[in-house]
Amino acid sequence: MQFFQFTEEQEMLRKAVREFVDAEVAPKAKEWDENDVCPVELWPLMGELGLCGVFVPEEYGGAGLGHTERAIVLEEISRHSAGLGIALMTHHLGTAAILYYGNEEQKKKYLPDLCSGKKVGGLSVTEPGGGSDFMGQKSTGELKDAKWVLNGRKCFITNSHIADVDVWTVITGQDEKGRPVMTAFIIDGDAEGHTPGRKEHKLGLRGSVTGDVICNNVVVGPEQMLQKLGAGAKIAMTTIQEVGRAGMSAICVGILRGCIEEAVKFSNERILYGKPLNKLQAIQFMIAENRVEYEAAKLLTYRATGMKDAGLPCATEFAIAKYYSTEASVRCAKRTMDSMGGYGIVNEYPVGRFLRDGLASIPSGGTSQVQLLITAGATIAGK
Amino acid sequence: MGLSIAVCIKPVPDPKHYDKIKIDPVKKTVVREGISTILNPCDKHALEAALQLRGSDGAVTVITMAPPNAEETLREALAMGADAAILLTDRAFAGADTWATSYTLASGLKKAGPFDIIFTGTESADGATTQVPAQLAEWMDWPHLWNAVTVEQTGEQTLKVRTKAENEWSDYQVTLPCLLAMSRESNKPRLTSLMGVMKAKKKPLTVWCRPDLDVDDAALGMKGSPTQPGAIFEPEMGRKGILISGDVDEIAAQLVEKLRTAGLAIETGDVCAPGGGNV
Repeated sequence: MQFFQFTEEQEMLRKAVREFVDAEVAPKAKEWDENDVCPVELWPLMGELGLCGVFVPEEYGGAGLGHTERAIVLEEISRHSAGLGIALMTHHLGTAAILYYGNEEQKKKYLPDLCSGKKVGGLSVTEPGGGSDFMGQKSTGELKDAKWVLNGRKCFITNSHIADVDVWTVITGQDEKGRPVMTAFIIDGDAEGHTPGRKEHKLGLRGSVTGDVICNNVVVGPEQMLQKLGAGAKIAMTTIQEVGRAGMSAICVGILRGCIEEAVKFSNERILYGKPLNKLQAIQFMIAENRVEYEAAKLLTYRATGMKDAGLPCATEFAIAKYYSTEASVRCAKRTMDSMGGYGIVNEYPVGRFLRDGLASIPSGGTSQVQLLITAGATIAGK
Repeated sequence: MGLSIAVCIKPVPDPKHYDKIKIDPVKKTVVREGISTILNPCDKHALEAALQLRGSDGAVTVITMAPPNAEETLREALAMGADAAILLTDRAFAGADTWATSYTLASGLKKAGPFDIIFTGTESADGATTQVPAQLAEWMDWPHLWNAVTVEQTGEQTLKVRTKAENEWSDYQVTLPCLLAMSRESNKPRLTSLMGVMKAKKKPLTVWCRPDLDVDDAALGMKGSPTQPGAIFEPEMGRKGILISGDVDEIAAQLVEKLRTAGLAIETGDVCAPGGGNV
């Protein structure tokens, strides 16, 4: 058993990201939440700092780091704005799909602009029929005159209205047993017929754009196909399992830390019965419970990212981390509100936002029940 | 040939933990153990000015005189973009005032140089004496300018520098070498990139102790410091509640009297009391 500790470089990296967050995110997070706008203007700066392509090799314009460093980036950003956290997280999803499944030409064409923040990435999988009914997708891809014609509607897509590079999954036929064959394509955001649709008015994770994306006879060449015909399910599943759920876990670790910091700050400053609130045991218990849940979520999340970086199978570990972190973020935000009394429901304090962000994080990347099914399946199978 | 630039930096206590700072009553120095440090905010402006002036063929070296854990601060400066770092650290340097500090820094800079320019911040966030830049320039026997807001290279060996005073600014033509203390208003220090962090660990960081420098022991550390602090004490910061009783007018009158006694001037008739009477 190795002692869990971040490396010196990872601690320095965290400090560097925190500087960016203190300067550019913390002062504006409340405004983004209130106005429900995604600060897309931050992408070039985030690109310059290496945040957009943190796990992408340097040869494609990335920072050349791993998924542990990516989780640190998302945790630090989400400490103040889980909305921006999920927007960047989804940018990473599209980027990861191309990095892990694209050919050399596709990587050279798309990754440098995604890493520099010149372009925003996205991954469009979920459809109105349901995200968990993965193979029940209705979007189609038809081969006509050596080109693929894509049609369909995706919903609950983060970065729906801002993505310049959108990775789509469509059904391109049936196999010999009549099962749907799913294939993934890279679509340029400005391709004719590729348009954003309805924009959702969300409870939480505001500061990111979520909505429909429509393909209406979008024509793409075969060079836009990721990996091969029929690889779409694997591409989407592994990207969501090992990059998406990692991201949501890290975002919620950030929310959890935010809860602790706010609870400590408030209980230090609030004087009750002539002494700071934190002298009351009832309040201390709440802070301690928040700490325990934060530490547990952190350990689960970074254990899973460490496994990902080591090339080990980690889908179950990410399901466990995602389940625990998202649910814990809601419990801790509620507990922090309770510890603050009437102030907890005042929007001047960020804790109400933390609660809404925590709640909105639960279905993102698969509901808690989906994570439990994955965990149960692996446990029963002895994995 | 590019400019060879040195930047003096200092790790200072993190303002987020100022409440934990203690003063050693005997040595009359700040007890820094256990307090996390940050790169002195003013020094970031100095480093930014150096990085902007460096160009493609220049080099920026950061230097500090500090305890061994200052390597972390130097790595931060390297991550921001400096090319090399020097740490001057030895028990013999401890407890130095600005005189002994500037003497030690000058010794390190002379050994590491030659430099064309030395940049510093105008002051440190902890001591805030503003004395080190001028003293260091004197030890180097160089011209110096304090509170510089812009720096522009006008020739191979000349700079145009603008400094700011309270209500005026002045432009200077300066011949190199020189020392410039940069104002907080001079620039916006760049944020550190992840790539910068990873490059920092590969950049050279040299540690020099007392035997590595050509210095006079009598001029080092507390022993070499002519500054003798007087009595240092922590002010009493306790709160005391006072209950004022009476009707509204009486309470208001007592309140005004207490505020006046505490040194707060209040003109009568300015404030309308809740009961309707002026106070």
